Amino acid sequence: MPIVTDSQRSATRTQVRQAITQQNRHLPSIALSVTLLIAVTFTLLTLFSLLARIVTQAIPAFSERGTSFLSGTIGSEPDKVGIWPGLFGSFAIGIGVLLIAVPLGIGAAIYLEEYAEQNRLNRFVVVNIRNLAGVPAVIYGVLGLIIFVGWLKPVTNGGTVVAAALTLAILVLPVVIITSMEAIRAVPMGLRDAGYGVGASRWEVTRDHVVPYAMPGILTGTVLALARALGEAAPLIMIGAITGLLPETSLSGKFTAIPMLIYSWSGRPNSSGGNIGWSNAAAGAGLVLLALVLVFNIIGIFLRNHFEAKRVGT
Amino acid sequence: MSESDSPQESVALGVGADVSTSLAQEQQTKSDSMDLPIFTVRDLSVKYGEFRAVRDVTLDISEHEITAFIGPSGCGKTTVLRCLNRMNDFIDSAKVEGRVDYHGVDLYHEDVNPNEVRRRIGMVFQKPNPFPKSIFDNVAYGPRLTGGMSKADLNDLVEKSLRRAALWDEVKDRLKASALGLSGGQQQRLCIARCIAVEPDVILMDEPCSALDPIATARIEDLMQEIKKDYTIIIVTHNMQQAARVSDRTAFFTTEMNTESDRRTGVLVEYDTTNKMFSVPSDERTEAYVTGRFG
Repeated sequence: MPIVTDSQRSATRTQVRQAITQQNRHLPSIALSVTLLIAVTFTLLTLFSLLARIVTQAIPAFSERGTSFLSGTIGSEPDKVGIWPGLFGSFAIGIGVLLIAVPLGIGAAIYLEEYAEQNRLNRFVVVNIRNLAGVPAVIYGVLGLIIFVGWLKPVTNGGTVVAAALTLAILVLPVVIITSMEAIRAVPMGLRDAGYGVGASRWEVTRDHVVPYAMPGILTGTVLALARALGEAAPLIMIGAITGLLPETSLSGKFTAIPMLIYSWSGRPNSSGGNIGWSNAAAGAGLVLLALVLVFNIIGIFLRNHFEAKRVGT
Repeated sequence: MSESDSPQESVALGVGADVSTSLAQEQQTKSDSMDLPIFTVRDLSVKYGEFRAVRDVTLDISEHEITAFIGPSGCGKTTVLRCLNRMNDFIDSAKVEGRVDYHGVDLYHEDVNPNEVRRRIGMVFQKPNPFPKSIFDNVAYGPRLTGGMSKADLNDLVEKSLRRAALWDEVKDRLKASALGLSGGQQQRLCIARCIAVEPDVILMDEPCSALDPIATARIEDLMQEIKKDYTIIIVTHNMQQAARVSDRTAFFTTEMNTESDRRTGVLVEYDTTNKMFSVPSDERTEAYVTGRFG
């Protein structure tokens, strides 16, 4: 005698089929995925149209001028200018920011995550660092003007690449600290336990296990920070970057950077008779800046993969 | 010892030499019959912030024995274990009260270097936690910290440690391979090898088999029996059968209500030889737990 009759069973099956198939064409879910797809498409379209415009605008600058667009100096005629002073300035600023902000940022993050007691003062400091990450760049420019151009003139020699690198390093420091802290916090407790369990000191555990494990995350933050530093023009205007004539490039003299050139050239009238207008020169400089950021990014990704491979043990 | 005894004897002579000698003899025979404890824990209480996780634990742990801590979740057995090598130092809110003596030295005295304590009192954790490095580097990490070891000596030490942890035959051909490629059971034995490599005196094991299958568990248990002649082992386990199988002595912890907060505080109920704990426990809570009536 079966406990469940055949008719009961077929009724159950019908119910189950209905229950598990009715949600398959759920209108709100479809609407949501379409909306998300539109958002992504819009973002990508904007990005690519910008890129396409820069590239097409930049083509005359490179095809007419060739490498002399990279090696020439700045001036008042759009078909004769080159971006060498800007390239030098941006590269020097990038290296300077790396040398200053990365050790300071990682150090601060290690202290806040591994050493400092989790008390009110610590939380207050962390909240303020987060707030600093949102302070407008021009404010940092004012700070740089007062401190690095003014007070520290004996060290920086006024509005130089050194002052610019210091200012931009301070600007990106909060970003480096926050991303490094997050990377360090994500290190599994078990890894620290393992180190302490064989008698390693806090510093040994931090150096040998925590920092290497957190390195991919730290590098991501560093690359983001560097890209931001390379793209900023506002603080450089504040501390006195040059856009007119700059016959020679040095660390201790007047300087300029690529974003400054883009900003300055974009504003000039496009009426000269030559094949290359200011807008072409500005687009060319923009393309070089993108390439520079890309180079730093590639180095960052390469390093990150190296540390990631170590972490997963391949 | 003999030097400090002699003035006492000369003083005692006037009172009656036989009394003092018999006292000394009695103490002698007492310490012979019961091994000198390696740990003496007195009135140990641990608070996490305002919450008292475990209170008033008093027990002695003997050398070259396996002591098991058993009890339901939240009874403080892991907390007590982590007090024995100061692993609780890294929890900011943890506050340890009472006294833990290791070979007669107060572990929480300000002169004590906690890193050196952890080198002598190694630890194996619940989840196998090899470093993301090669098998060799995992075992060599501890000895390298102390330094001053030749390459050949280090190789020998790594081999010896892996052999003791019954892992050598499985990994000898791939010492340079990542430890993360090993199975869970192998990883845990690697962690034991890593612990052994710093030549500790005590090995603390915090539920070392809870993430392992029965065969890997059996291997670790065999290993514990093998190495206990050289080390003192203290194991926290959720598994009563495991405690009964491997340990010489068992401490049973449970939780009880307290007046300070609504969370339960751990207490030590009973501590005795494992045989007695599992056959004729003197506390009814122990009996209820070991017979499976709760927990």
